[in-house]
Amino acid sequence: MVEAVSISEAQVWNWLEDVPDPEIPVISVVDLGVIRNVDVRGDDVTVTITPTYSGCPAMSMISLDIELALARKGVNKVALKTQLAPAWTTDWMSSKGRARLEDYGIAPPQPAGGPKRCPHCKSANVQRVSQFGSTACKAQWRCNDCLEPFDYFKCL
Amino acid sequence: MSSDPHLVEFFLRQGDNALVLGHRLSEWCGMGPALEEDIALTNTALDLIGQSKLWLAHAAEIEGADRSADDLAFLRDAYDFRNVLLLEVPNADYGRTMLREFFFDAFQLPWLKALTDSTDDRVAEVAAKSAKEAAYHLERSAETVIALGDGTDESHAKMMAALDYLWPYVGEMMVDDDVDHAMAEAGVAPLPSAMRPAWDDTVNATFREAQLPRPDTKFAHAGGRNGFRHTEHLGHMLAQMQVLQRSHPGATW
Repeated sequence: MVEAVSISEAQVWNWLEDVPDPEIPVISVVDLGVIRNVDVRGDDVTVTITPTYSGCPAMSMISLDIELALARKGVNKVALKTQLAPAWTTDWMSSKGRARLEDYGIAPPQPAGGPKRCPHCKSANVQRVSQFGSTACKAQWRCNDCLEPFDYFKCL
Repeated sequence: MSSDPHLVEFFLRQGDNALVLGHRLSEWCGMGPALEEDIALTNTALDLIGQSKLWLAHAAEIEGADRSADDLAFLRDAYDFRNVLLLEVPNADYGRTMLREFFFDAFQLPWLKALTDSTDDRVAEVAAKSAKEAAYHLERSAETVIALGDGTDESHAKMMAALDYLWPYVGEMMVDDDVDHAMAEAGVAPLPSAMRPAWDDTVNATFREAQLPRPDTKFAHAGGRNGFRHTEHLGHMLAQMQVLQRSHPGATW
């Protein structure tokens, strides 16, 4: 006999920790700060997400990944809510997420508006190439010491 | 929800401005003068089309005619669009594309910031989201206008030609009409004319650095934001933008 086990909100948050960002798979959607709320009522799970950039094409992928991840845990009644305000900010990115970004070769966002150092050689001698990069959330920079180009996750 | 025609009109104006400029910029995809520029143009286009979707979704909801944001974008004809004429004229060269975007960005950033104080939560939310993106757009378009205006003899000459062409279109952004007065009265939005000092400051400061003279003519083409008379260019643009949904209604992929 299968006993119905009620799920907790903390559990859902834990499961979401394993859902990678589709564009930057080293960080989770939780690290990214797009999960704004998890609400569990009986079998019904409501996950509230907020878009990073208005036109970010990864958002529909993120929604799908969340539904699939929760379905794998046996949660079938998932409602996804999109919330616009307060608008997403890079301040919501977790410190774990920031460290992982740097390990991956993407300089994490800094309040100063530019990367603190090159994610490869850690030199502070860096230069902006373009405020726009391979995805809406990134800018292109280069290191003047190791001469490597790198992505910077720009502040929003 | 009240179906306030002025409010629908207001949301359409915001959504159509973002959509039409977003589409124009997307026409550069794969054709930018340098890889970084191509990427920047298309990222900006993506932001604008995303913003447009938010504005048009509200327009559709308030209108209450069982239409979606996509229906509004892909199934309306030119005379139902409410964008300013400045945004629909063809890109021409890279200089004109960037000067046009700069003129819009210089208006849009203070405008969106002002809209964050709207009495309508939907307006305030979309504006707050969009303003963050618009700050990056203006930073880049102003820098590019300076680089090209204060560049080589050839780039300067092209910017002068772009200025002659575009200047008569800028005034329409900041002329108030009945819809604007209704929105101002309801606290939904300030009057567009109230953006004039901020726009002038940005344009004057950028033009000084760009070695571009500010034309003194006050003439302004009109007819886009009220739908009275669009240029002949919008229909051609929509033909390309809408062909898939027109030929294969409801197609998804």
